Amino acid sequence: MSQVVHTGAEGFLHRYEGLKDRLPGARLPWLAALRARAAESFRAQGFPTRRVEAWHYTDLRPVTQASFDEALTAVEDDLVLPAAHTANRVVFVDGRLRSDLSSWPTMATVASQIGRIEGRVALPDEPMAALNTMLFEDGMLLNIPAGTDAGVLEILSIASESVRPTAFHLRHIVRLHEGARLTVLEVNQGPDGTRYLHNPVWQVEVGEGATFTHARLQQEGALAFQLGSIYATVAAGGTYDNFTLNAGGRLVRNEIHATLTGTGAACHMNGAQLLGGGQHADTTTFLDHAAPGCASRQTYKTVLTGKSRGVFQGKILVRQAAQQTDGYQMNQALLLSPDAEMDSKPQLEIYADDVKCSHGATVGELDADQLFYLRARGIDEATARSMLVRAFLQEAVEGIADEALRGALEAAVEGWWERQA
Amino acid sequence: MLRIQGLTATVDGKEILKGIDLEVPTGEVHAIMGPNGSGKSTLSYVLAGRDGYEVTGGTATFNGVDLLGKQPEERAAMGVFLAFQYPVELPGVGNANFLRTALNAVRRGRGESELDAMQFLKLARARMKELSMPEDMLKRGVNVGFSGGEKKRNEVLQMALLAPKLAILDETDSGLDIDALKVAADGVNALRGPEFSALVITHYQRLLNYIVPDRVHVLMAGRIQRSGGKELALELEASGYGAPQAA
Ligand SMILES: Nc1ncnc2c1ncn2[C@@H]1O[C@H](COP(=O)(O)OP(=O)(O)OP(=O)(O)O)[C@@H](O)[C@H]1O
Ligand SMILES: [Mg+2]
Repeated sequence: MSQVVHTGAEGFLHRYEGLKDRLPGARLPWLAALRARAAESFRAQGFPTRRVEAWHYTDLRPVTQASFDEALTAVEDDLVLPAAHTANRVVFVDGRLRSDLSSWPTMATVASQIGRIEGRVALPDEPMAALNTMLFEDGMLLNIPAGTDAGVLEILSIASESVRPTAFHLRHIVRLHEGARLTVLEVNQGPDGTRYLHNPVWQVEVGEGATFTHARLQQEGALAFQLGSIYATVAAGGTYDNFTLNAGGRLVRNEIHATLTGTGAACHMNGAQLLGGGQHADTTTFLDHAAPGCASRQTYKTVLTGKSRGVFQGKILVRQAAQQTDGYQMNQALLLSPDAEMDSKPQLEIYADDVKCSHGATVGELDADQLFYLRARGIDEATARSMLVRAFLQEAVEGIADEALRGALEAAVEGWWERQA
Repeated sequence: MLRIQGLTATVDGKEILKGIDLEVPTGEVHAIMGPNGSGKSTLSYVLAGRDGYEVTGGTATFNGVDLLGKQPEERAAMGVFLAFQYPVELPGVGNANFLRTALNAVRRGRGESELDAMQFLKLARARMKELSMPEDMLKRGVNVGFSGGEKKRNEVLQMALLAPKLAILDETDSGLDIDALKVAADGVNALRGPEFSALVITHYQRLLNYIVPDRVHVLMAGRIQRSGGKELALELEASGYGAPQAA
């Protein structure tokens, strides 16, 4: 019996054709129709190549040349979970909810049942979102009632070991009603020896005066591909705070689209990329100021060792209606090795006249004067370097108020640094 | 004792130190004066081990141990301390964390136990009180947003905490107000004793009223051109340096 190996977009479309009658919600007409539209969109676009402007710095060929299997549904007995950071944690293994390993807050409505997401699944234009819509099996639905503080929730995605490469596509849907509050710590991990593709999509809707704090620890396995996207809208007086630590994975794209739709909405996107070896990590943000009096702040820091490559692309769009916009974007990289490389592309597109918008980008090495100052005080070179790297990252981490979150992020930074030494 | 013999050094291929001979016996404080650009800071950097300052000849030993082959942190552990003419800002490095890391590194080098956060705070607060430094300076980034004088005070605080055997003060008095000048001088005088020596680089005789030197040297054009007692500083103040003498 001969077996055809399908790679690239064709491989995923082939999988969709084979699975579509068995995917969760296959009998729900609205979902089946949505998946079919997603498949059409993905078929038309395929995986983006570097000829697509938004993907100029990130080459997906390692992904498109591989072929991926569906993860087996077997329940792993030997699965070792990392310690939880918060009292409530929801665990997904290979993109599927493990309710036996999960607990969630009573104040929030939490469900991954497909029937409850009717009317809530969007279909963004981007091909990676289409791929997700076509094939997602599971994810969180967080629907926080008005005026409710849902506390902190950890969402862990973990890949299991597999001989064949696997792919999974978590779909999370978050809605905060007026004045609601929620903090999510999203942790993504996997074994270093397994090649897998994780393609998560977040849909986030922050209601009037609501606050969603979203911290992400991307610590996928050393061979993993993570191509994730967030689509967030923020209503009047609401706040979306995103912090992303990109430390794992072989090839990573972290794409964030945020639209400020109501007066006085705010969005903070901070992040740190800690890269070494042959890693490639791309953070691409798109901030759409669509209403007056909104503020956005972005601070991204990338530390590169080995032959790693970092990318930052950040676009701020200020629409004509968005008077009194206050936009700020800073993107800085620290090259600790001569073979590392950073590409950065800030972009401002402004159609309103009364705006305050600034951006800056720097790429540099550790400062010799600073290093000497520390060493002249008796601090050995390795410690001095580590102090300066942490100091460089400080600005991106300091905005995180929640102690559990900050602790988790600092521990992740610590762990990364120790692995480099 | 600090002993420098025939020391020559280049920066970016340019010879700045052209044969320095200088001895500071243990227990003594010597002042170095000299015109701008004569090589005073270069000498202090060479002694502290800064990269880019290439020693092309001569020796420098401290208590008989060669200094020039050692890493900067090894020199600090031996008790060498340089108060920088231009202290460096370290955004994102908290002053308390910096001071404690430095103090513990130096203590380890001396075979002493490390201080925990509480012990350190107690010590730092006591020293800061003596130097009339506000406590919130511990919480700020190292020298970040400090005024010129505050940076110099922070250098004096580091010296007071690290308790060096050889302090090199590079124009620590520049930019200090009169009260701070006295505080800085008190900082040096408090360390004075049979085990302590200092090299005080200054442009102003005034500092030497408070830190009375055993010897005063004039560094011009990369060489020590004159040496004398403390009255030499007064004479220089009155008559200037004049032209450098041919070697
Ligand atoms: N990187 C460099 N390249 C070339 N020349 C340099 C460099 N650094 C210092 N110099 C020169 O070395 C000489 C000595 O400088 P140094 O800073 O030691 O002087 P100084 O005696 O401390 O002066 P001041 O009293 O102004 O502090 C100066 O002429 C200076 O321009
Ligand atoms: Mg000088």
